[in-house]
Amino acid sequence: RVHGERVKMADQQQAADDSLYPIAVLIDELRNEDVQLRLNSIKKLSTITLALGVERTRSELIPFLTDTIYDEDEVLLALAEQLGQFTPLVGGPEFVHCLLPPLESLATVEETVVRDKAVDSLRNIATQHSPSDLENHFVPLVKRLSGGDWFTSRTSACGLFAASYARVSNSVKAELRQHFRNLCGDDTPMVRRAAAGKLGEFAQVVETECLKSELIPLFISLAQDEQVGNDSVRLLAVEACVSIASLLGTEDIELHVMPTLRNAAEDKSWRVRYMVADKFTELQKAVGPEITKHDLVPAFQSLLKDCEAEVRAASAHKVKEFCQNLSPDIREQVIMTNILPCVKDLVIDANQHVKSALASVIMGLSPTLGKDNTIEHLLPLFLTQLKDECPEVRLNIISNLDCVNEVIGITQLSQSLLPAIVELAEDTKWRVRLAIIEYMPLLAGQLGMNFFDEKLNSLCMTWLVDHVFAIRDAATKNLKKLVEKFGAEWAQSTVLPKVLAMSRDQNYLHRMTCLFCINLLSEACNPEATSKLMLPTILSMANDPVANVRFNVAKSLQKLGKQMDAGTVKSQVLPCLQKLRADPDADVTYFAQEATEALS
Amino acid sequence: MPTGKKPGKSSSSKSSTATPGSSGAAPAPSDSAARLNVPPPPVTQLNKVNYAGPADPRVSRSKRQSSSRFNLSRNRELTKLPLLRDTAASEREDMMIQKLRQCCVLFDFVTDPLSDLKMKEIKRAALNELVEYVTHNRGVITEAVYPEAVNVFRVNAFRTLPPNSNPSGAEFDPEEDEPSLEAAWPHLQIVYEFFLRFLESPDFTPQTAKRHIDQNFVYQLLELFDTEDPRERDFLKTTLHRIYGKFLGLRAYIRKQINNIFYSFVYETEKHNGIAELLEILGSIINGFALPLKEEHKVFLLKVLIPLHKVKSLSVYHPQLAYCVVQFLEKDPSLTEPVVMGLLKFWPKVHSPKEVMFLNEMEEILDVIDPQEFIKIQVPLFRQLAKCVSSPHFQVAERALYFWNNEYILSLVNDNVATILPIMFAPLYRNSKTHWNKTIHGLIYNALKLFMEINQRMFDECVNSYKRDRASEKERAASRDRAWSTILRMAVANPVSKQFKNLDLVEVANAFDQTDSEADPRVELANLPSSGTGVTASASGTSTGSAALRRRSDLPPDVATQRALDAHRRADELIATGKTSNRS
Repeated sequence: RVHGERVKMADQQQAADDSLYPIAVLIDELRNEDVQLRLNSIKKLSTITLALGVERTRSELIPFLTDTIYDEDEVLLALAEQLGQFTPLVGGPEFVHCLLPPLESLATVEETVVRDKAVDSLRNIATQHSPSDLENHFVPLVKRLSGGDWFTSRTSACGLFAASYARVSNSVKAELRQHFRNLCGDDTPMVRRAAAGKLGEFAQVVETECLKSELIPLFISLAQDEQVGNDSVRLLAVEACVSIASLLGTEDIELHVMPTLRNAAEDKSWRVRYMVADKFTELQKAVGPEITKHDLVPAFQSLLKDCEAEVRAASAHKVKEFCQNLSPDIREQVIMTNILPCVKDLVIDANQHVKSALASVIMGLSPTLGKDNTIEHLLPLFLTQLKDECPEVRLNIISNLDCVNEVIGITQLSQSLLPAIVELAEDTKWRVRLAIIEYMPLLAGQLGMNFFDEKLNSLCMTWLVDHVFAIRDAATKNLKKLVEKFGAEWAQSTVLPKVLAMSRDQNYLHRMTCLFCINLLSEACNPEATSKLMLPTILSMANDPVANVRFNVAKSLQKLGKQMDAGTVKSQVLPCLQKLRADPDADVTYFAQEATEALS
Repeated sequence: MPTGKKPGKSSSSKSSTATPGSSGAAPAPSDSAARLNVPPPPVTQLNKVNYAGPADPRVSRSKRQSSSRFNLSRNRELTKLPLLRDTAASEREDMMIQKLRQCCVLFDFVTDPLSDLKMKEIKRAALNELVEYVTHNRGVITEAVYPEAVNVFRVNAFRTLPPNSNPSGAEFDPEEDEPSLEAAWPHLQIVYEFFLRFLESPDFTPQTAKRHIDQNFVYQLLELFDTEDPRERDFLKTTLHRIYGKFLGLRAYIRKQINNIFYSFVYETEKHNGIAELLEILGSIINGFALPLKEEHKVFLLKVLIPLHKVKSLSVYHPQLAYCVVQFLEKDPSLTEPVVMGLLKFWPKVHSPKEVMFLNEMEEILDVIDPQEFIKIQVPLFRQLAKCVSSPHFQVAERALYFWNNEYILSLVNDNVATILPIMFAPLYRNSKTHWNKTIHGLIYNALKLFMEINQRMFDECVNSYKRDRASEKERAASRDRAWSTILRMAVANPVSKQFKNLDLVEVANAFDQTDSEADPRVELANLPSSGTGVTASASGTSTGSAALRRRSDLPPDVATQRALDAHRRADELIATGKTSNRS
């Protein structure tokens, strides 16, 4: 019994040591010179926390982290991220505010990524605070950060208003709005930018009357940032336009938002106009159909004609969506009289990015406009773009053929398509060739088997012997997809003879491509074709002088063998593998061995 | 008390700061306290790295010219006015103002370069005449001229810059990507030239001008520094420097706005074309700071200049940045510790060319360091150097080992060998055999030999403790493993752990180097070829030139851009040659 007691005492002793242990290990690890080790231990902070239990975490670990962490940004980033997930580890929502001190100091560091992560975590845990904890712990933190000496803490503060506003009392709300106002008028452009960027989300949680009386004036003054050249603040106000407009009725939008938006669309800085173009469809939805009709249509026209190519490209991207979102009663008329003339100019724009942006959406107009208009007005534009000197423009047209196919059928285009496809297929840049290969199955489906056999089949075969592997690889995958579309019979009559002939090619890379094709086609063809046509070809290549071909024979046999009946495997496949296992090349024997094991 | 003697501060160490070929004149000293014996800041290069290969005119590129003009003048009709020298003296002021107003008409150089050719010529001639006129005549800058002259500059130069033609972010390669040039340069250049002559004219009085050259003016001027055209940045640099020199009331504002540009560059965008030029201006301003340094200037050093080291495109402005840092330390040695700690904080982890730049800068700092200050930073510094000499990138290891060829640094090491040798011994010894590059072996031999000569007894102790440490290393790794698995067991016992799925044990990297042999280092050292002196000699030969042998650009430069940049005359030279003799 004495012995038993001793053991028990030792256990208790051990337990006491254990409770100190995790922090000691952490402290030791955080002292290590190797950043990677420090980073690893911070990433395992939740393990340490669990080992400590919630109380010791709150009373010892969190204060330790608050006081002693001055580490590399990488380590701080990991810490900021971890702390956002810590609510259960400190004892649930009741205690979540104990995470605020370390996050507060992380929100003031210089490095932007660390600060942003700390703000994310703070926003995350804000939702877990009770209303009284928000007022007693969270809001004071927001105020401290807003009044910080260094701009980094004030920048961080901007992101915390929306997260804390909704659930606090009216007097605290008024204080928060006051602090936000101060940040919008901050001396440092970095802070004003941060505030302008968060204005939209803050507007979402503020009461409507305060929105009109306090935030909108702020918005207007940011949108006219006093420093003439400071477009970086003004362009952020455009984003806020979307958010604020979505909260207001038509009349208020007209009164409060539109003057700013009109100015922004004609701003002398292309960056602001670009922002308007980039947000155009969101703005369209936010302001509603009436204002769209009167204001946005002309604004969109002028953006499409902008003198800066970036702006034209951004607005060209929005053409389809903007037209789709127009209210049905005016849609066709607006497109035909206002938008289409601009689009016609963009088709022959001097800048290829603009043309390419347009080409990626222009086909989407045809369902909206219907068959007759498409044939009369859009088709000539498609044809022009199909002949464009820039391959990206042509590719964008071809990749969207399905929209047109549904409306007018592809025959209208096929005569112009062909030269465009052939030219892309032979482009000197392999990425262009790769892109067109990827559209082949789609084209094949729309053009039909006859047209395909006649015009495109030979192209697909040429790609199999391309000098770039990525193209040969894509070409084999393309063949499989075509076979899936046109059926096994078509494969046997049209594709297989040509593929199998490659097994006798001079170039060993082509012989390998033959094997790769067989691997894929065997999935799409019937078992009979596999054993009658493909298997003999593979077996004939087992004596190839190049080892790479031989071990690919072994790999192919393994793959095909699984689909064949036991008799064929036993009589033809295994003997061949047997021979390959005795090959002088190590790789060949390896793969032959692997295949034998898989098949027997 | 260390006895090491500092070499003369303005010794050869300075020459390595300057970029090759920086013969161009630097901005004239501005602040009253400017010292004449301080070398000027290194001048920013106009061209990208010199292209060695043949020019290939076949390479066709998109036009490297752009301009962002939203507001062309609507009425672009100009009538040729009579020459000023043919005008009656009483009407000259009026004629000059008329000409200045003509110069406010803006033309299109991008979409249709051949438009308004006749009008463009009239404006060009007027601008040239005005340059001549203010350079060679006295008493022509009357009060009525000020607003007009400033307005010509405002209207022509202040504009939203066109979109950057080069990729931004990680894809941007400051050495490969060529700038796009300002299309309106034929006019803009003369506008800049005129404005500089105007500022430099002996008749010019800041008192009168300050109503027109105000904070807003300076703000817009600073915005232009982001232009891609290096010729324009060159003019901007000189213009801003002159304004800083002449308008005392604007100095604080200029410094604040430059800081804002740097903050935005470091913390937000990492993209700005004019950082080198701005630093060049600051370099000459720092020369003139009075002692003791104001708090504002210290904050600038620690919160702006040091963080500028972490941006990806450091190579573009590093010579100017290092110059500024060293200037500060020469002014106030007590700043050494925070500066060195700051550099160590931002020390590159994977970018070896940048690491070589840091090593260059560190050597420059050590060249001017006070022995008292050295003691404060020696431990963290040599911990970093220990990592550098172990770098698998031989240029980094080589650059770090060149420190052992610097006599002043050696004298500091000599005084503090008891602290430094225990830090440096293990990495040096380990790499004396295992580094893949033979040159490094020789340099390491040199370093170890120097340590041995400084203190043989200490060296022997290090050899012994090295062996002991390696034995205990395994033990420590194992105990770390045990510690973590105990914690893991405790964590799994906690019921909350069910919510956390990723509880696997940290993989403890085993730092134990298996390839290292246990032979006695002294014997090994003795066996090394005794041609150590040869290695040292050749090494010291290259140590002053940057150790980086960068891959040269394979892309031939754009011929037109090249020609335009070659034709550019530095704004300083222009002013210097045109100066009237009554100003010295």
